[in-house]
Amino acid sequence: MRRLTLSLPSLQRWLGIVVKEFIQLKRDRLTFGMIIGIPIIQLLLFGFAINSDPKHLPTAVVMAEASPFARAYLAAMRNSDYFDLVGSVESEAEAARLLDRGDVQFVVTFPPGFQRALVRGEQPSLLVEADATDPVAAGSAISVLNHLGNEVFTPDLPGFHPPGKQLIELRLHKRYNPEGITAYNIVPGLMGVILTMTMVLMTGLAMTRERERGTFENLLATPATPLEVMTGKIVPYILIGLIQVSLVLLAARWVFDVPMLGSLVLLYAVVLLFICANLTLGITFSSIARNQLQAMQMTFFFFLPSILLSGFMFPFRGMPEWAQAIGNCLPLTHFLVLVRGILLKGNDVSLLWPQVWPILAFMAVVLGVGLKTFRRTLD
Amino acid sequence: MELAIDVHGLNKHFGDKHVVRDLSLQVREGEIYGFLGPNGSGKTTSIRMLCGLLTPDSGSGRCLGYDVLTQSAEIKRQVGYMTQKFSLWDDLTIAENLDFVARMFGMRGRREAVDRALDDLGLAGRRNQLAGTLSGGWKQRLALAACLLHQPRLLLLDEPTAGVDPKARRDFWEEIHRLSASGITILVSTHYMDEAERCHRLAYLSYGNLLAAGTASEVIAAQQLATWELSGPDVTGLGEALRQLSGVEQVASFGARLHVSGADAALLEPTLERFCREHGLRLAQVDSTLEDVFIQLMRHRPDPLEAAS
Repeated sequence: MRRLTLSLPSLQRWLGIVVKEFIQLKRDRLTFGMIIGIPIIQLLLFGFAINSDPKHLPTAVVMAEASPFARAYLAAMRNSDYFDLVGSVESEAEAARLLDRGDVQFVVTFPPGFQRALVRGEQPSLLVEADATDPVAAGSAISVLNHLGNEVFTPDLPGFHPPGKQLIELRLHKRYNPEGITAYNIVPGLMGVILTMTMVLMTGLAMTRERERGTFENLLATPATPLEVMTGKIVPYILIGLIQVSLVLLAARWVFDVPMLGSLVLLYAVVLLFICANLTLGITFSSIARNQLQAMQMTFFFFLPSILLSGFMFPFRGMPEWAQAIGNCLPLTHFLVLVRGILLKGNDVSLLWPQVWPILAFMAVVLGVGLKTFRRTLD
Repeated sequence: MELAIDVHGLNKHFGDKHVVRDLSLQVREGEIYGFLGPNGSGKTTSIRMLCGLLTPDSGSGRCLGYDVLTQSAEIKRQVGYMTQKFSLWDDLTIAENLDFVARMFGMRGRREAVDRALDDLGLAGRRNQLAGTLSGGWKQRLALAACLLHQPRLLLLDEPTAGVDPKARRDFWEEIHRLSASGITILVSTHYMDEAERCHRLAYLSYGNLLAAGTASEVIAAQQLATWELSGPDVTGLGEALRQLSGVEQVASFGARLHVSGADAALLEPTLERFCREHGLRLAQVDSTLEDVFIQLMRHRPDPLEAAS
């Protein structure tokens, strides 16, 4: 009877570990700063690239004719503040080279006979080539161009054209990244990136720190079981992960106006699953790593493909197949689909399973490895 | 008398290294048992097996009446283990460390126990100081207080006085004897001969083998080592010459005197008498000390790693 009660998990012990972790976290200013700092810095870096409305984008002009109407249009572009006309070039080829080098964001080409066609109401076309590697940067400038034609020429050509008709046809040619990542993709994706980074790293460090300082031995000499130690140590990080997510969500809602169509409860459930997957990995890293430095290195080995191959940086369907295969093994890939689905498309629970099971499978494999190595380090 | 520790034939391997070989140990309740041996001789591994931190590969035995192979959880509850290196949390305060340990042992009346321990330590005024900022001696006292908190029946101390000044060492041993008098069994590993002599009984471990066990005088007697003291003018320069003589196994300098030891007294005595006549030295047989005996034991059991290379 006595043995039975002894081997049961003890709430007091478990609570003791949780409290200890919180105290240590509070004392470790650098780590604490990192936990709060990483989401804020990443939000600032990635987030403001979205909402900021970049102006004064360098623009080159190819003028087949230097008519007054073409000049008027250019003046209007300049006045919109979105475009800085860096010069006029002779040929399409030269313009293309400027785009290639990244010297200009836009090349605007006025065709021959632009003015005559305009006066006759023939809707001349204006070719705009945009460097869309950063679709966010090009987006609002392009929408300005759309309105500009009618704004500039309607006063000069009164009653000439039926209202509502576009006076010029804008032929937009997006280069380099025709698919274009929508702005809303990034903030939800950021949630996954931040969680991957902090959850894996923090738990990885938490365990190896004990081993490196020799305190692990003391912990093991107490009646605390490995399960109590492991779970007790990760609880604070689950809480931190949820705080980070809430921080990002608040920013998404109030700063970046990201739509939230799906259920928040469902979202948090998915987040919890993802946090657990990352914590499992962190714990496993920490039982393999000999010291904190190694745990850190392992984290970055995992973090880099997660960022590059998950669909956060590049459109997932645009990657070569081998890269997609690697990406499909990473929990972040599936988490991004889940979060974007819930937030932007309003997906409900019935649509989640195809993305949930790969995360569960990842967890099972990693946990298996972790428990195996954990036992070995005890003996 | 009841045995607090009674283990037979414990073995432990790390990879292909046989760290502890057929260890058998009997420690009586309430005694102070010294655990001696050179660095890397398996002392720490043996202690970890006794308190349930490591599972022996083979062997059997009981610690405080619990099976060392299957009941490590029960053993941990009643054993206080003080690690060789300070292993409390540097970034927790003194009080937080004690509180955490009390929680780990699921103590009732935790706060009272912590306050009492702080008062006993004389650290009540510094309870909010970070443990990492304490000096070596204070860290050691805190570590002892932490492993006494849950009132264990057995204390396992792994080189507790390494790096501690003589005054603190003496105080520490006074405390150990007080605890022993109150009925707690203590197993303590050490390198210091004066500490070994303060133990009720001791064991000598060398590279996984238990070579000698008993009281200090029993261990000395068992080795049948004869020792002579040589004194006289310029005696210190003669050490090398003495080592060449047959029957001489150890020569050690003590100021202006030399101690010469050997296992074969009948061979050694006439040799030394002749040597002293030639060099005009005084010769007297003295008792072999623990140190002489341990050096002798180490000589006959060289480090297997060194022997191989």
